[in-house]
Amino acid sequence: MASQHFQKKSANTKQEIPTASLPDIIFMLLIFFMVSTVLRETEVMVQTRLPRAEALTKIEQKRLVSYIYIGPIQRGPNQGQTAVQIDDALIDNQNTISQIMYSKLQQQPRLIVSLRVDESSEMGIVTDVQQELRDAGTLRINYSSRQDREGTVSG
Amino acid sequence: MPKMKKRERGEAEIPTASMADIAFLLLIFFLVTTTIDVDTGIGMTLPPKLDQEQDPPPVKERNILKILVNAQGQVLLEDKPSALTRIREEVITHLTNNGQNANYSESPDKAVVSIKTDRQTPYDIYIQTLDEVWMGYFSVWDSQARELNYPSYQEYKNSLGPDEENQVKEIYPAQISIAEPDPGSGES
Repeated sequence: MASQHFQKKSANTKQEIPTASLPDIIFMLLIFFMVSTVLRETEVMVQTRLPRAEALTKIEQKRLVSYIYIGPIQRGPNQGQTAVQIDDALIDNQNTISQIMYSKLQQQPRLIVSLRVDESSEMGIVTDVQQELRDAGTLRINYSSRQDREGTVSG
Repeated sequence: MPKMKKRERGEAEIPTASMADIAFLLLIFFLVTTTIDVDTGIGMTLPPKLDQEQDPPPVKERNILKILVNAQGQVLLEDKPSALTRIREEVITHLTNNGQNANYSESPDKAVVSIKTDRQTPYDIYIQTLDEVWMGYFSVWDSQARELNYPSYQEYKNSLGPDEENQVKEIYPAQISIAEPDPGSGES
């Protein structure tokens, strides 16, 4: 009697989860990520271990930011040599930086230059790049750095 | 007639079972190729390029707090050797002096902090120095914001409209000068 009763009950109830709306949910997630993020554009060829700092500010508008990477080259024949990278390419001649940055400034007048400099670098190369930036007129810069200690909030 | 019946029986629906999988694939693609982490850093504004003939604007000696960092990462604060951690206090005394002590600034809006490095100075030490200076400014701004009945400078800044003047920054403008480094002593 009892087993018969169970069988009858399980046969009548539908045990499937409705999956018809699953694609819609996933599409919602997808659209959220597409709208709220920026595509990773470049492959970084120099090592940039960022220094730690406390007095940090956040860059809210990522679209205004242009990156300059300074650090030792990770791979290839010149491995370990300190180099400057803008966009996808390493800069051979540092005098060209001002021209590159000037053309970027024409496209985006509110340009912020984020300097992602390896903590082992020396100030010499950083100053050279800064002089080039002054020549180009891109005066808003940001020394990219990591949060000093977990939990401290400043800005 | 039998032909019509057959047509009615045939299902005209597109199978949507794999739709979720396709959407998942797209989602994973975007998750992998995008950056979510917020960029943080120390913001600065470089001085505009001066003409060769034009001399830099004159600043009284007492209004400048000179910080020198050498290739070994040692700090010289107003010509006295000092620890990195001392910079913050010195910046605060310099800014809030208001002409009391003859060695520090005349007034907050005239106060300038100057950082000078060698070409061989490690970038890490430079950032730590700059960080200490900024933390000095932040703590002065914080106490000024508290006088305006805000819990912190951050809160005050958030309460400002886009066209409102930042009163705190009006009183204590951030004037940090980064001097061009000395050539240094050759190889470090």
